[in-house]
Amino acid sequence: MEWLDNNPGEANSWTRREFLGGSLAMASAAMTVPHFLNASALGVQPRNAALTSQPGVPEDRVLVVIQLSGGNDGLNTVVPFGQDAYYRVRPSIALRKDQAIELDRRNADGLGLHPALDGIKSLYDEGLASIVQGVGYPNPNRSHFKSMDIWHTADTSGTGDGWLGRYVDSQCCGYGKGESGRAEGGASASNDVQPPVAIGREAPLALRGRKTKPIAFETPDLFRWTGEQVHDKLVDPYHQIMSAQSEASASAGPGAGDSTAAFLTRTAMNAQVSSDLIREAIARRPLVSYPSTALGQQLAMVGAMIRGGLPTRVYYASHGSFDTHARQGGANGSHARLLQQFGDATRAFYNDMKAQGNDSRVMTVCFSEFGRRVGQNASGGTDHGTAAPMFLLGPMVRPGVFGNHPSLTDLEEGDLKFGTDFRSVYSDVLGNWLKADADEVLGGRFRATNLVRG
Amino acid sequence: MASSRARALGRRAAQPFRDAPDGSPDEPGGSRSADLPGDLDPIDPGAFGYDEARHLLWRAGFGGTPAQIQVLAGWGVERSVDHLINYDRVPFEDASADAFDRGIMRPPTEDERRQYNEARRRRDEDTLARLRERRQQAQRDDRRQIRQMQRWWLTRMIETPRPLEEKLTLFWHGHFATSYRTIEDSYHMYQQNRFLRDNAAGNFGDLLFGIIRDPAMLAYLDNQDSNKRRPNENLAREIMELFALGEGNYSERDIKEGARALTGYSFEDDSFVFREDNHDTGTKSILGSRDAHNGDTFVSTILRQRACSGFIAAKLYDYFCRSIPMDEAQMDRPTRGAVRDLAETLLRSRYDLRPALARLFASAHFYRASARREQIKSPAVLTVGAVRSLGTPVRDLGVLLDAMDMMGQGLLFPPSVKGWDGGRSWINTSTLFVRQNTLAFLLTGRLPAGVSGGGERLAYDPLPLLEPLRESDRGGPRSADVVSDYLLRLTLGESTPRARAVLTGFASGLDLNHPDVITGMLMLATAMPEYQLC
Repeated sequence: MEWLDNNPGEANSWTRREFLGGSLAMASAAMTVPHFLNASALGVQPRNAALTSQPGVPEDRVLVVIQLSGGNDGLNTVVPFGQDAYYRVRPSIALRKDQAIELDRRNADGLGLHPALDGIKSLYDEGLASIVQGVGYPNPNRSHFKSMDIWHTADTSGTGDGWLGRYVDSQCCGYGKGESGRAEGGASASNDVQPPVAIGREAPLALRGRKTKPIAFETPDLFRWTGEQVHDKLVDPYHQIMSAQSEASASAGPGAGDSTAAFLTRTAMNAQVSSDLIREAIARRPLVSYPSTALGQQLAMVGAMIRGGLPTRVYYASHGSFDTHARQGGANGSHARLLQQFGDATRAFYNDMKAQGNDSRVMTVCFSEFGRRVGQNASGGTDHGTAAPMFLLGPMVRPGVFGNHPSLTDLEEGDLKFGTDFRSVYSDVLGNWLKADADEVLGGRFRATNLVRG
Repeated sequence: MASSRARALGRRAAQPFRDAPDGSPDEPGGSRSADLPGDLDPIDPGAFGYDEARHLLWRAGFGGTPAQIQVLAGWGVERSVDHLINYDRVPFEDASADAFDRGIMRPPTEDERRQYNEARRRRDEDTLARLRERRQQAQRDDRRQIRQMQRWWLTRMIETPRPLEEKLTLFWHGHFATSYRTIEDSYHMYQQNRFLRDNAAGNFGDLLFGIIRDPAMLAYLDNQDSNKRRPNENLAREIMELFALGEGNYSERDIKEGARALTGYSFEDDSFVFREDNHDTGTKSILGSRDAHNGDTFVSTILRQRACSGFIAAKLYDYFCRSIPMDEAQMDRPTRGAVRDLAETLLRSRYDLRPALARLFASAHFYRASARREQIKSPAVLTVGAVRSLGTPVRDLGVLLDAMDMMGQGLLFPPSVKGWDGGRSWINTSTLFVRQNTLAFLLTGRLPAGVSGGGERLAYDPLPLLEPLRESDRGGPRSADVVSDYLLRLTLGESTPRARAVLTGFASGLDLNHPDVITGMLMLATAMPEYQLC
C-alpha cells in the first residue's frame, strides 16, 4: 500500500501549496487521490519522513468508540445468573439462567450475556472481546449530563477538554507545551492532524481538545454543500471557490499562510477534499452487509471510511437511548432491542474489518456513562446507577472477562460499587494501543488495565 | 487600503514564522498590524464612508443592508456611533419578566417537602414514584421552555433596531458564562439574560456587583451553599480569573479569602438571599486590602485594581475589534497602545462602558485594514447577519438554532464558564459546511437530505437588494460585472477579480433580472471562505 507513505522528498509546504493550487481541481480523479491521503499533502509539513504518520505506531492504528447513551443497564447486559440476590431485587426484569448466553472461560462463572447479544458472544468466542466488569469511578454522579461529561473528560469534575481531543492535541502540537514552531504557522490543528470523526449531529465532548476540533456529520449529505443540489450551474463555480487560494496567500510569501483569510481558504480546501473522499468512500458497496439500524449505518460509514484509506485515527458512534426508567423488559422489550442492535452492528463491523484485512488495525471500545440501580423500580424499569461493564473489541485485546462482578449485596446507597476505574481502561487504550503518553493525556497517573496487547 | 496591506505582507515575508512577542504566528493580528496606530484617536470624519459604515455595522451589530449602510455613511462617524451606542433612545419592546413561566422549576413548598419526607420515612414507593414523575415532568417542561427562550432571543437579535444591545448581551453572556445544561432552570437563565441586557452598555461595576447576586450564576458556580465552615472557591476564582482580572493578577490566597467573603451569597426561588449564618464575618486579606470583606467589598476591591480595567478593555477590544492575546506581554505594540487607551477611557468614566465603546468605534485604529475583514463571524453573527443584511426570510427558528448548535454556539448553553473561544476555533471542515448550508437554507429554503423542518417554502426575492444599483444605472442592460461587483461588496466587503470571475462565470448567458440568478450569485458569494469574515 505505497500510497500510505509520506513522500520523503517533499520539501517545504509553500512548494506544495503551489503544486496543490493548480491540481486540486483534479482531486477526485483516482490517480491523484492518494496524494491527499497523508496529512502532509494538505499543505502541512510532515513531522518526519517515517512510513506512517505516527512514529512508533505501526500500521496506522484506529480507535472506534461506541457510546451507549443514557446509562446502559449493566446487570442485564452481563448477567450474574449465578447470584440469588439478582433475582430477589428484579422480580420481573431479571434474565433467567436459561435465557442468558453463558460465558465460558476463566473468571466467567455464573455469568452470561443478555440473549440479544449473540453478536457479541460470537466475537467473544472468536477471542475478539474483552469484557471488563464493574467499571466506574469514585463518588459516582448519576446525572445524565454530569456523568457523561466525566467519562468524556476523564476528570471527576467533568470539566476540561475531551480525553480523545487531548490525545489528538498531543499528537500534533505537544500537548501542554505551548505551540511548537510548526512550519505552516501553527494555526488550528484541525488542518494539521486528522481530526476525529463523529457520526452524529454534534461532535461529543470526548473528541474536543484545545486545538483539536472534530468533524461531525450524520450522513455524508450533511458534509457537503446543499447548493450543489439547488442547481447544476452552481457546481463548477463552487468547486472553483473551494479550491481557490485567497488573495493574500496567492500574492505573498510563506508567512502569508498565517492570515485569517488563508486559514479559511485552507479549511475550505480540506473540506472539499475530505467531503469528496468521504462521500466517495461511503458510496461504495460494503464488503459485508450491515443492519439497517441507526448504529448499523453509523458503523457502515466508519467501515467505509477505514476501507477508503482515510487517515482518521479516531471514530465515534453513539447508540441509544438506554435510559430505561420504565418498562425496560427482560429478555424482550426496549432494552433487549437496543442490545440486539448493538450486538448485530458490532458483529457486522468486525466482519467488515476482517474482509478488508483491517481488523488488526481497528480497536473498538464500548462504554456507557453510568449503569443502573440494582433493584428494579415501580415502573418495570431501572433508575440511574453506577458501575457497569465495558467492552473492548478486536484481535488486539485479551479475550475474556476481567475484573470481579460487583457485589450485589455490599452496595453503596443501593448501587453497585465499582472495581475498575474507567481511566485505567483509558490509560490502557492510550498507552498500549495508541502509543501515547497516557499519564499526560489523562492528566494523572492511572494504573492501566492489562487488556490491550501492545 | 491595498498598499497598506502590501506593506504589511512585505514586512512579514521578511520574518516568516516569527513567534511572539512581535507577532505570534498563531495570532492573526500578530505581525500584520503595521498600519495600526497605537492609540484610539478619532478617525478623520472625511475618511468615514460606505466601507467604514459597513464595517461599523458588522462589528457594533449584525451587519446591514446597503440602504442602512448608506444612511450611516451619510450621517458620518459621530452621529452613527452615537445612534448605535445610545440605543435606549430607540424604542423597542422590553424583555418582560412575565414573558416566561417562573413556576416550572420553583422550589417545593412546605407541604410538598413534608409529603416527600413522610413518603420516604414510610417507604411509600407509590407516592415517591408519583413525586418523582412530577419532577421529571417539570424538567421536561423546563427543557421545552429553554428552547422557547432560545427562539425568543434569536428573534430579538434578528428584529431589534438596537443591534448593539443584543451584540453586547451576547458578549456578556459569553463573558459571565452560565449554561442551562448545568443549572437546569430556564427562568433563572432568562433572569440573567435580562440583567445582562439591562446593563449591557451600562457600567461594568454594576455588572460585577449584580452577577454575585444572580441566582443562575450562584447555582452555576456552586455558591448557594458556600459557608464559613466549607467555603466553595469556584465563584471567587472565576470572578478573578475570568470575569475581572485575568490570570496572573491575583494569588491563590486571594481566591481563598475571596471565597470567604462570598459565603452566604445564595438564592431562594428567583431572588438573591444573604444567608447570614453561612457568612464568614472574619477579617480577610484580599489583593492587599485587609477588612471584614463581604461580596460587595470583594468586588469593589477588584474594581480598584489597575489590572481590571486592562482586562476588560482587552476583552472588549478582542470581541469588537480583533483577536488578541489577553496577556499584555504578548500583545504587539499597536495593540497594547490601543488597549491601554481603552482601559484609560474605562477608568476615567469609572467603568461606564459607553464612552469606551464610543472611543473605539470612532477611532482611526478601528477602521484600518488590519482590523477589517479579519474577524470570523460567530454562528450568531453569521446567521442573524445573513437575515439582516440580505433580507432573507427567517423560515424556521428551530433549524437556525440547530445549525448554530452544530456550528458550536448554542445560545444559553456555553460549553464552559470560559464561554466561547471564538476566532478560528469556530471553523473546521464540518462547521464550514454547516455555515455554507445555513446560508443556502436562508436563501433557498433547501435543507440537506435527512434534516427535518424548514417552515414554509417562502420564496426569497433578492431584487430589492439591488435597488441602490438601479438608482445609479444609466438605463440600458445591467452588466454581469457591475452586478457581481455590487454583490461582492455587499457580502464580502470587497470585490476581487478572482471572486468576480466566479460570479460572472456563473451568470454568463443568464438573465440578470431574474431573481433566481441573483440568488445563485448570492449562494456563491456566501459560500466563499471570505464570507465567514466581517
